[in-house]
Amino acid sequence: MLHIVNKSPGERATLSSCLAHVRPGHSVLLIEDAVYAATKGHAAAASIEAAMKVAKVYALTPDLEARARAGAVIEGIVQVDYKGFVELVASNPRVQSWL
Amino acid sequence: MDETGTIKKFLFVNRKAPYGSVYALEGLEVVLISAAFDQDVGLAFLDDGVYQLAKGQNTKAIETKNFSPTYRALEGYDIEKLYVERESLEARGLTEADLLVDVQVLGAAEMAALMDEMDVMISF
Repeated sequence: MLHIVNKSPGERATLSSCLAHVRPGHSVLLIEDAVYAATKGHAAAASIEAAMKVAKVYALTPDLEARARAGAVIEGIVQVDYKGFVELVASNPRVQSWL
Repeated sequence: MDETGTIKKFLFVNRKAPYGSVYALEGLEVVLISAAFDQDVGLAFLDDGVYQLAKGQNTKAIETKNFSPTYRALEGYDIEKLYVERESLEARGLTEADLLVDVQVLGAAEMAALMDEMDVMISF
């Protein structure tokens, strides 16, 4: 299962809702304003780091760059470009978007 | 100015991240328009709004206009009062050094006091 989150954790509860439903072996892709959750020192960092113990966490590089946060990504989070986004969708049997 | 010619104190309150929604850009455009009316204008950045001022934004790959340089141009419109809430920076792992303009960093209590002095507040 690939979970996709696009809202900032500083604005909506979609990230915490998503992380509460992540199971071992799942993947989480952070895009748009959700990429802020992938950054060091953010209040959401602890919950992301906890999720990384069971799931793989990815963040979309173009959205990080737009927001000036590409240099602040938590170690262990994998940055992907649009091609990587497509590959993640194609390689996971199911995709759930947490809108 | 109103009909008596009084200058009012305006505070534009920015609480949204850039790019994820249109609020930040729309707010900035209203701020620029306000400069034409000779009012006492200030901008406050709190919650995700502090991200609007993040230094080093590069929107090439998302093919969206990078409007962040405009914050540096506000000075040229005599808009020099930029206030950023300290708690909002800290909750996001940011410091004043991560911002692209000179700002006044205020604690939430100081921000509340500032808001209390205003005649008009406009939120984005």
